[in-house]
This record gives sequence, structure tokens and C-alpha cells, in this order.
Amino acid sequence: MSNTATENEHDPLIPHGHQQTGRVGDRIFRGFASGAGIFVLVIMGAIGAFLIWKSIPSLQADSTNFFTTTEWFPDDNPAVFGIAALLFGTVISATIAMVLAVPVGIGIALFIAFYAPRPVASTLAFITDLLAAVPSIIFGLWGLAVLMPNMQGTAQWLNDYLGWIPIFDNTLGIYSKSLFIAGVVLAIMVLPTVSAVTREVFIQVPSEHVEGALALGATRWEMVRMAVFPFSLPGMISAAMLGLGRALGETIAVALILSAAFTINWHITEPGGNSFAANIALKWNEAGPIGLSALIASGLVLFLITLVVNMLARWIVSRRKDFSGAN
Amino acid sequence: MTVISPEPTRSPESRSISESLAGKRLPRWAPLATAVAAVVIGYGIGAAGSIFGLAWFVVAALLFLIGQTAWSFAVEGRRHAIDRLATTLIYTCFIVALAPLLSVLLSVITKGAGVVFTDFPSFFTETMRNVSPRKPGGGVAHAIVGTIEEVAISAAIAVPIGIMAAVYLVEYGRGRMAKWVSFFVDVMTGVPSIVAGLFIYTFWILVLGFDRSGFAAALSLVILMIPVIVRTTEEMLKIVPNDLREASYALGIPKWKTIVRIVLPTALSGIITGVMLAVARVAGETAPLLLTTFLSQSMNWNPFSGPQAALPTFVWDQISNGTDASVARAWGGAFVLILFVMIFYIGARLLARVFAPKAR
Repeated sequence: MSNTATENEHDPLIPHGHQQTGRVGDRIFRGFASGAGIFVLVIMGAIGAFLIWKSIPSLQADSTNFFTTTEWFPDDNPAVFGIAALLFGTVISATIAMVLAVPVGIGIALFIAFYAPRPVASTLAFITDLLAAVPSIIFGLWGLAVLMPNMQGTAQWLNDYLGWIPIFDNTLGIYSKSLFIAGVVLAIMVLPTVSAVTREVFIQVPSEHVEGALALGATRWEMVRMAVFPFSLPGMISAAMLGLGRALGETIAVALILSAAFTINWHITEPGGNSFAANIALKWNEAGPIGLSALIASGLVLFLITLVVNMLARWIVSRRKDFSGAN
Repeated sequence: MTVISPEPTRSPESRSISESLAGKRLPRWAPLATAVAAVVIGYGIGAAGSIFGLAWFVVAALLFLIGQTAWSFAVEGRRHAIDRLATTLIYTCFIVALAPLLSVLLSVITKGAGVVFTDFPSFFTETMRNVSPRKPGGGVAHAIVGTIEEVAISAAIAVPIGIMAAVYLVEYGRGRMAKWVSFFVDVMTGVPSIVAGLFIYTFWILVLGFDRSGFAAALSLVILMIPVIVRTTEEMLKIVPNDLREASYALGIPKWKTIVRIVLPTALSGIITGVMLAVARVAGETAPLLLTTFLSQSMNWNPFSGPQAALPTFVWDQISNGTDASVARAWGGAFVLILFVMIFYIGARLLARVFAPKAR
């Protein structure tokens, strides 16, 4: 987090007003730099504006409630479509991903920051970051061809022993292409995000706190619980939310794994389910004009959801100025 | 922090157990012994056939967890038992995270390398034009050309904007405006790639009326690239020592020249690292390409007209075909893609390590 007033001690010798000495080069360069900064704001505004503009035709044509309908026939006359099933699938798969990825991600960050021997810690950090560089299409392909056959047993076990919990109950006896598997793949994909941001926060913990706790006779876990967690709680929350933002918007891996269905099915190990992003990718090329507009409308909802999640996360982080979560 | 390990500690419980100053500890071989016992029992249960597949390993891990904690509780007391439990869980987290990474890399290499290297150069020199999905053959030449052109165009647009935005944030940014820019750069890193594709589709194709093209795809990649470049460049500019700036100002050099000739060159290696990381990130994006340029089976050298193939969309297309031959090609494409991405990614990290600027 730069840019804040405290950062400005960069050039203490140059008082603020002194920059405008009339040197043309300075003014032009400053203009370019500010322009680039403003461009970022313009793009973010333009994304929202254009998506709203182009989603209006379909929202006007929709003959049912956009938020509660679980069908998707925008090119019919009258158009019938709504985002209920998409919202459900997106939220459930992202929730599964969070339940799995947040504890493990924090564990990895703890391991690298406090448990791993110093010389190997940076290499291990590099390796987990490598996971972030693997393209999502490859996770999708891997999830489909390698993970899915191997998840059969786990899903079946959940049904056999935890089937009394409604979400693990599987009435079909088919365990592939489910929201559960999509959630597991998403968890693997957001792990590097969660662990990288948490690690960055853990490194900020003052070593006086850490060493003080240990000097008082705390075990390593007590040190983590009493010195590290209280200090880094906001950072951990925002790391989880940044991961959530990624999981909500992930397209290709989810599109490959789910067998797209417009239903709300609480049995998460059964085939089916859908998500905003996956639906856009799958329906895009068969959509007519209203169909495209309807997909844009669903993309707008996704954009707004991720915007809120990310802004909350950044806001929580920015209350503590010293670290930023970006990459 | 590694120095802290199991030196004797005093605690009320342990003192009551023994008269010595140090509490009782488990012998050094205790974790190993517990692990061996757990694996033997776990494997035994697995061999008895009551559980599936690799689940015996999970059983063994649970046995280890319970066994060691119980033993430690009996000898060392509650606090050390919890500490050992936590340590084991944290190590487990790390192994659990490494497993999928290894599995992904291994399956891409084992399933992809065969396709790529069977008749070596042809996979790199041929396109999918007139190749039946059911038959082997064909290649990724058109996809490689598309990916390189699209990524190069998007880098050519995003790099200057990203670097200038970072210069603004570090060197000029004051007050509320800079706060907003910085905040939205962070938020922009979280924009889903499909939304970037949707935006470019509505803006470039629906509103401005251009056709689908590689250039449209490049524009959507620009949106994904800018925040990465801004953030990494910003970090680098911030660790350029102020002494350099002040020395330059003292010589009467204007601020813009100081930035262009002193600050940016000093941070250059870091900026290049950031650009390469950004390239690695966007080169693997599939979703925005599907919306803005879609697929192509043949070579299209011109990024400004007509659909263009790219490595990620090639993989997507081959998976959707679903035949054995095309799924094999998908793994081949995945192999080439991951090679492409890893070269940039590892290259960037090596560069960063070799030329790491000396932070104050």
C-alpha cells in the first residue's frame, strides 16, 4: 500500500508546489503518469457501465423474475431466464473451496513462516506460488481426467457414512461431474492465493512478539495462537476473501468439470450444477442477441459480487497499511 | 525462529511430575516410531479390504495423529501434546498442498510429452486444418502463433500503462485521487477473467462494431495484465533509494528525467520480472479468448482480422471434441502451454533473484 500520505516522504527536499517550475517535460510526464493512474479508474467504471448498458435489453425482455428463475431460455419468445441456479452453483462451489482451502492455506503459510527450516522456506514458498502460475484450463483438464476418477471413492464414502447429512446424500449413485469435485478443484486453485497473502501477513508479525512469547515458555503452537493470530487476523480474513473472489470468478475449470444443469440441487456429490462464469463460456456461442445480453447481465451480477468481495477484502487489509495482497 | 525447538521448558505440570528442572520429553525417535506403527496398522486395515484405494494412508495419518498426541499427553502434558498435534497438522497441510501440484505436473508431462514428441517437430509445425478429431496428427503451430501475438500485443499496451500508473502512485500520487487509484488497482486484480472478456466484447465488438479478432483478445488480456504490472512495478520503485533521487535533484535534473534516467533503470530488473509474471498469468487465460476471438483450426497470422487460435483455447477445443485422439492432443497442448508459462514464470523468479536490488 503505497501512495498514502506517509509514502510521500520520498522526496522531502522537493516541496509540493515546487514541482510546477514550468518545465514542460515535467508537466507532460506528470500528465502521462496521472493519466495512466486515472485510466485504471476509467476502466473499472467502464466495465460496470458497458455491462449495465448491454444487459438492459435482456432484462426488459425477461418475462420472469431475473433473480428467482432457475431456467435459461433467453432466446425463446417470451424470454424465460434467471440466475437463481447460477448463483446457487457459484456460491456452493466457492463455499466448498473456502472450507477446504482456508485452513490448509493458513497451515501452509504457518509452515513456511514459522516451521520450515529457514534455508528451504523460500524454496517452498516458490513452489507453492508455482501452483498459482498453472493455467486454469490445465486444472480443468487435470480435474476432469485425473482427479474425478479418484474422487469417486471419497464421494461414495461421504454418502455411505455421512449420508444422513442431506448435502452428502447421493440418491443417484453417480458421483462424477458434481459441485463437490468442482469445489475441490477450486480449492486447489485458490490455495496459492490464500497462502501467499497469509504468509505475507505472518512475516509482518513483529519478531519481538514472537520471541517474547517463546521466551516466556510458550510452545510453538501457543506462540502462534497468542502472538501471531491476534496480530494477523484481519490479514487472514482478507486473504480468505481474496481467495473467495478468485473462486467465484473461475470459469474454465468449472465449465469442464460440471455437467451444466439449471437446477438447485443440495446433493452436492451428484452431477449437475452451474456457475455464472461457466455458463457464460458454455452458452456464449449458441446465444442469439437476447441470449448474449442475458449472459452479459449474469456477468454483471458476477462482476458486482466479486467487486464487493474484493473491496471488502482490500478495505480490511488497508486498515493495516504495511502490506498489500497483490501477487 | 527455528532455534526455538524442543529445549527443556518449565511448566507447572511438568514440575509436579518430576523434581528435575526440565520437564519430561518424548525421546527423539518417538515421532518416527509412531509413524511406522501407524503406517503398519493403517496398511493392515487397508489390506483387509474394508476401505478403498489410498484411504489406508488417511487412516494411517489419523492413527499417527492420535497415537502421538496421546503418548505426548501421557508423558509431556497437555500443552506439549497440543503443540505436537498442531505441528503435525501444519506439516500435513503442506504435504496436502504439494500433492496436487505434483500430480498436475506429472500427469501433464506423462500424458502430454508422448503426444508432443512422437513425431517430434510436426506437433509444433502443423495446424489442425483438415485434421479429423478422431485421428491423431495435427499440431499447435497456429495456437502458438496466436498466443505469442496476443500476449505480445497486450504486453505492448499494458506495460507502458502499468509502469506509468506505478510511477504515478510512487512519485506523484498525493491525496484522495492516489488512494482511489491504488485501491482500484488492488480491486482490479480480482476482476474475473471472463468479465474482462465480456467487457471487451461489449465495448469493442458490440459498441464499436469490430469483428472478433486476436486483437480483441489482446485487449481483454490488457485488463488482466495492468494490475499485476502496476503492483510489482510499484513495489520495485518503492525500494529505489531516495538518495539517488535527491542526488539527481541536487544536480538540477528535472523530476521527469530523474524518473526516466535514474529511478526506472535502477528498478529495471524488478520491472521486467513483474512483466514476465504478468505474461505468465495471461498466457494461460482461456475464458476471455473464447468470448473475444473464439477458436480457429487453421493458421491466422493476422491478429487484426478473424478468429485466431491460442494454446488455452486449443486445449479447450480438443477436450470438447472428446475423442481419444483429440483428448491426447489436449494433453499435448497442455504440455506446451505449461512449458510456455513455466519458462516465463521461472525465468522471472531467477531474474529477480540474480538482480535483486539491495533493499535498504
